Amino acid sequence: MSTSPIFLQLALQRANFHLAINITVPPQGITVLFGPSGSGKTTVLRCIAGLEHASGRIAIGNEVWQDDQRQIFVPTWQRELGFVFQEASLFEHLDVRRNLEFGLNRLRIDRQAARGALDDAIDLLGIGSLLDRSTVNLSGGEKQRVAIARALVTQPKILLLDEPLASLDVARRKEILPWLERLHRELQIPVIYVTHSLDELARLADHVVMLDQGRVSAIGNLQAICTHPVMATAAGDEAGVVIESRIQRIDHDFHLAEVSFGNGTLWVRDGGIEAGAPIRLRILARDVSLATSAHSSSTIQNLIPGAIESITNEAHASQALVTVRCGEAMLLSRVTHRALAALQLHTGSPVWCQVKSAALID
Amino acid sequence: MTPSADSGHAILLTLQLAVITMLILLLLATPLAWWLARTSSKWRGVIIAMITLPLVLPPTVLGFYILLSLGPDGWVGTLTQSLGLGLLSFSFTGLVIGSVIFSLPFAVYPILYAFEMLGSRPLEVAATLRAKPWDAFFSVALPLAKPGLLTAAVLTFAHTVGEFGVVLMIGGDIPGETRVVATQIFGYVEAMEYEAAHRLAALMVAFSFVMLIALTRLRKRAGTALP
Repeated sequence: MSTSPIFLQLALQRANFHLAINITVPPQGITVLFGPSGSGKTTVLRCIAGLEHASGRIAIGNEVWQDDQRQIFVPTWQRELGFVFQEASLFEHLDVRRNLEFGLNRLRIDRQAARGALDDAIDLLGIGSLLDRSTVNLSGGEKQRVAIARALVTQPKILLLDEPLASLDVARRKEILPWLERLHRELQIPVIYVTHSLDELARLADHVVMLDQGRVSAIGNLQAICTHPVMATAAGDEAGVVIESRIQRIDHDFHLAEVSFGNGTLWVRDGGIEAGAPIRLRILARDVSLATSAHSSSTIQNLIPGAIESITNEAHASQALVTVRCGEAMLLSRVTHRALAALQLHTGSPVWCQVKSAALID
Repeated sequence: MTPSADSGHAILLTLQLAVITMLILLLLATPLAWWLARTSSKWRGVIIAMITLPLVLPPTVLGFYILLSLGPDGWVGTLTQSLGLGLLSFSFTGLVIGSVIFSLPFAVYPILYAFEMLGSRPLEVAATLRAKPWDAFFSVALPLAKPGLLTAAVLTFAHTVGEFGVVLMIGGDIPGETRVVATQIFGYVEAMEYEAAHRLAALMVAFSFVMLIALTRLRKRAGTALP
């Protein structure tokens, strides 16, 4: 595993599109390239893979894959990467096993190491039972799992995923997401994941690069990005925060799980996850209201104390997005300016956050 | 010679011609179609038009020009003579050259179509799986274009068996050298040997029918369930 960051400096001029980015990406975890279609995220990914040629410089740790100043452009087949396309794009003339072995046969490693790499990828994606099947009659989710495994078999230095769920229906997405989450927990290599889905971002991202019309509009770790005004605008009604935490205990009588958060705890629906397990929670700004005192007679039981960090105006003049610091963590709350005025809330005011609902997403 | 021995010679020569033409065309048309499918060259249109010409020209016109160029004053003829190969007109080799040109569109089009249907994605996938461009061509593009290659093979074979005008022009219907089934039938008819003509003609009909059925079957198998 490399410890030097991934360095991307790319410029590309096309008829209706201008790409210009200059970023470094951490060498571990999942970095999500997020943005609307046409923002250039897929182009960036294809440039990293050498499938497209923008001018600039690309370095993965100590390996330089492109450097125009030194006239370096490593062809795709010499870049140690795994690429998963939007459509699984399995080779239809080969069965599942031969698809998996395609990259393996082109590596210069001994048989035992090859065997190990193959078995690891098969286990990680749970496709052991599909090996002798033809690729034609696999389901969309199965195809995509095979495609991911096929990319991992080559033991890449980096895994690139281009909207791997976008061509699947909702049911298939639900089927494959747990495998991606497992990838997230177990994979040692950096992953760059292109998507325009907030749900996928909330589930999988460690770091986020937001792209808009070929430029970086925001960059940072997941928590920082969630409360970033650019993200709040892009997410609209779906604006909110993602909290990484652990389940403290389960209340079996009321079917609730207690999650430590900020200066307090939150009760969420018990989703069958054991106490102690790491989880992600998504709390939308529209589900958080603010109070100046802790009511005891409300049906909203989740009350978190905090202080207002910032207040930003929303697209509609009546609305404000309030960032509340609750210890280490942040919450977003969407309220009206009128309410803020009536309660005399300003930056720095102590408040109680009433969390109406928080969804477990891991 | 008995009529049946004549027919036998003609059939053998026809099959030889068809097999050789088919093999040459597959070797020639595959790289040509590959280039056409992937190039953005301004010459693409001109070259496609040239390949398509044999499809629209009367075979006699094509045969006439090929004959002229192979002849003693033609550019090919001058070349072959200076190389000490003599003249190719009225020879089996000349016939092969004519057949290759005549059936070129029947080889290029199915393969070109197959490559275009393929798109660039399978090759991109192959590259991300460490396959060099040549490797990707042989291990991904060619196997996936198999239905197109099969169609090209069958069409060029059948088309060569069925050609008449070009063969007559270039070959001159010399028994044992350039007399194929189609010209043999013509010879029988001119000599009023209708029964011999009938036998050979019926054989051609049956052969063509079987070829077309085989083509459909092959395509169906290659298209759906691959081993």
